[in-house]
Amino acid sequence: MRVKFELNGSAVELDVEPWESLFDVLRDKLGIRSVKTALCEGSCSACGACTVLMDGRPIYSVMTPAYRADGRSITTLEGLSRGGEPHPLQSAFVEAGAVQCGFCTPGMILMAKAFLDGGGGPDEREIREAIRGNLCRCTGYVKIIDAIRVAAEGSGGGVQ
Amino acid sequence: MTSVELVRREFSTIGSRVPKYDALEKVAGEARYMLDVEMPGMLHAKILRSSYPHARIVSVDVSGALQMPGVVDVITARDVRLNNLGYLRDHPPLKWGKVRSVRDEIAAVAAVDPERASQALQAIDVKYEPLPSITDPLAALEPGSALVHEELGTNRVNIDFGLSYGDPEAAFRRADVVVEGTYRTQYVAHNPGDTMGTLAWVDARGVLNVITNTQTPFLYQRWLAESLGVPAYNVRVIQPYIGGAFGRNLDVYPHDVITAALAMRTRRPVKLQFTRSEELQNAPTKQPLIARVRQGATRDGRLVAREVDAILDAGAYVAWGVFDARVMQYTVTGLYAVPAISFRATVVYTNNPYTAAMRSAGNSQITFAIESNTDELAERLGMDPVEFRLLNANRPNTVTPQGARITTCAMPEALREAAKRIGWRGRHSAGPRRGIGFACYFHVGGGARIYESDGCGATVKVDDFGGVTVSVGGTEIGEGLDTGIQMITAEALGVPRDRVRVQINGDASMRLWDVGTHASRGTFICGNAALGAALDARRQILEGASRILGAPAEDLEIVDGFVRSRTDPSKGMEYDKVIRRMHFFSGAQGRVVVASKYYEPPSEEPDERWYGNVSATYGFGCQAALVEVDTETGRVKVLKIVSAHDAGRVINPSGFEGQIQGGVAMGIGLALLEELLVSEGRVVNGSFEDYRLPRVTDIPEIDVVSVGEPDPEGPFGVKGVAEGPVIPTGPAIANAVADALGLRIRDLPITPEKIWRAMRSKTQ
Repeated sequence: MRVKFELNGSAVELDVEPWESLFDVLRDKLGIRSVKTALCEGSCSACGACTVLMDGRPIYSVMTPAYRADGRSITTLEGLSRGGEPHPLQSAFVEAGAVQCGFCTPGMILMAKAFLDGGGGPDEREIREAIRGNLCRCTGYVKIIDAIRVAAEGSGGGVQ
Repeated sequence: MTSVELVRREFSTIGSRVPKYDALEKVAGEARYMLDVEMPGMLHAKILRSSYPHARIVSVDVSGALQMPGVVDVITARDVRLNNLGYLRDHPPLKWGKVRSVRDEIAAVAAVDPERASQALQAIDVKYEPLPSITDPLAALEPGSALVHEELGTNRVNIDFGLSYGDPEAAFRRADVVVEGTYRTQYVAHNPGDTMGTLAWVDARGVLNVITNTQTPFLYQRWLAESLGVPAYNVRVIQPYIGGAFGRNLDVYPHDVITAALAMRTRRPVKLQFTRSEELQNAPTKQPLIARVRQGATRDGRLVAREVDAILDAGAYVAWGVFDARVMQYTVTGLYAVPAISFRATVVYTNNPYTAAMRSAGNSQITFAIESNTDELAERLGMDPVEFRLLNANRPNTVTPQGARITTCAMPEALREAAKRIGWRGRHSAGPRRGIGFACYFHVGGGARIYESDGCGATVKVDDFGGVTVSVGGTEIGEGLDTGIQMITAEALGVPRDRVRVQINGDASMRLWDVGTHASRGTFICGNAALGAALDARRQILEGASRILGAPAEDLEIVDGFVRSRTDPSKGMEYDKVIRRMHFFSGAQGRVVVASKYYEPPSEEPDERWYGNVSATYGFGCQAALVEVDTETGRVKVLKIVSAHDAGRVINPSGFEGQIQGGVAMGIGLALLEELLVSEGRVVNGSFEDYRLPRVTDIPEIDVVSVGEPDPEGPFGVKGVAEGPVIPTGPAIANAVADALGLRIRDLPITPEKIWRAMRSKTQ
């Protein structure tokens, strides 16, 4: 199947098989390596490692057929920084100490971006709800929440 | 400069909040993990494992698999000669004759993609003769039990961890109150994000290259070579970014050896990486424990005797998990001042999963048993649990009965701080259905001499432009060792932190030896190595500057990258300029700045009575948990944790807090959520859907407190702390549940079902 979509701001066009996941196409055919997987093979238990944004909404790319991306806009971590400047969420994750082993980080940041772009604010309960589909084994989540709150306050998002 | 001077100085970097060294790469998505590594022309390996927990192998026929398209090689124990793995050399990487576990490797396939490798496994025909399975460690010890290793004549593993100090029986006779209980901890999976994997290839020079997420690259090099029967100097171990490990990767496992053997036979790169279900089914687990604890105290609340009988189910083979017993020894003898001690540990072979150390290596399990029992004892004495613990707390400048020399120790301060911050007003005063519980811990904080050497090597090189490269043998698995090394090096040299690049992980053959990242030892041991090398490099720069500036080296210092005289302000120069001048000294006297240090901590290997000072210093802490129990469903909600630690000087509050918060989260998993359910030797909840990891909604407010003072042996006064917070979380929560409900759960995890059943039997 021929699909066309926007990947991190650039147009891409390629053939995909109907059974191919967006995850496999991004990694194996488009060289996007930031997207991770816990290797759950077809079954999904909401670890969130493979999160990417489709038209700004978070999706699990492992569970999404690649053809669904046709005509849409896909954002991965590679598409966040602009002209070498990290996105405010990336800076907040660094400054808040929200990164340890870093394996969950790409999915966390994209989930947080969807949350903030959707009008999410610095309310801790809302932040927790937003990232409950993303597992982290290292940090205990506390500094991830801090990072998202800092980014939310910086962006003036939310009405808290 | 002595370490004492180092702990008294004012600092430019040490003590400030520093972002993790590799965080920028990680938030940019540039970090490459095991998942991401591959080679052109790479084959994929899959392993055929046993269908039975215990069976004779009658025949193995791989001819069907060999004929399948895309299959390049199939091996069984007949095709490759591999030496056994493990401390007791009881673990063949490929099994023959019989299988002792459902994870036992019978054959392996290398194919052009993972799908064809998996299909080929199905074409391998194995005929078994099933044997009775042995899955209850207590039944395995009964006379007449079937045997896991028949040649041994017993299921009892021939390692004696027993010890006795003082006269426990006489001491128990003097005790006014004696409390005994049996406590159990469960199978737990390490479950980092990145699963276990190995990518191996033989290069044109005949060197076996291995990319793997090991925590112990130098022991891995040795053990892999020994199993393959090749010289270790021809094995090169390369570590990618490691997506979590927590003790899982301290050993060499059969899949490592099998992948390397396939690469050697096919002369092509071969990669094997577990899927999540393979990981949960086949990776080694945390060591489960059954412990009978008996403690005695006098009426005025002094602990006089402690006796612990432990059963450790080794599974089918003895791997690192069994050596959790050595960590347990130090807690049995060292947690609180107890003059008379007895510890027996029986290690048993069964057809269950074999085990690995996991963050705290036995201490979380044994501390659950002892601290639960301690609470019961305090209650029987009619004493406040905080007062009882304070009365018996460890103190500075004491020696435990096992020979652990406690130098710095702020356990009483940790207890007081935890009680104050959780709002402790005595038993049963937290409100309806609410409870508060406490638990303390005692753990190594200055390395752990479980191997002949507990050292680490570091090199520091300063280039002509002032760029500093520090390389350490230690391994970064997410804990922040990279950041600690950068801070220590910059501070000791006197240069801005951003000039220091840290070489960690990557090619182990380019780094000096280190025993591995475990036992909370990284920042303490590798940090001391980096400190020694940096101070040597600093000395070299000052000697060069002395010649250039015409001032005695003792009069010179480096402050923020500027070399200056302490007494004559007119004499000074940027350090990079000094280094360039040194490089180009006339008269063929040019030199470059490079230094190395191998730091071996002043600790002792335990003797034949298990007596010895195993660590250069010890860590202490206390945790308080506030919980609320839903008495309808039995569900426990943790409302707040106070986690107070003596970690010496905290050199990076951000990294310290991150370790504590992450450790508490893992401890909540152990206490309430996580359990690998093993039935007939097989994991039955082998997916993230069925294995409950802590999510953000399980994590309460965590109040992190540092109560320590600088440690004289630690680099800039630091003590290790990475494992500390995992240890007391379980017992603090169990004690809080007991405070809330007046009933005690003695086996982990504390599930709603266990609480509901206990409440039901209490009311009947």
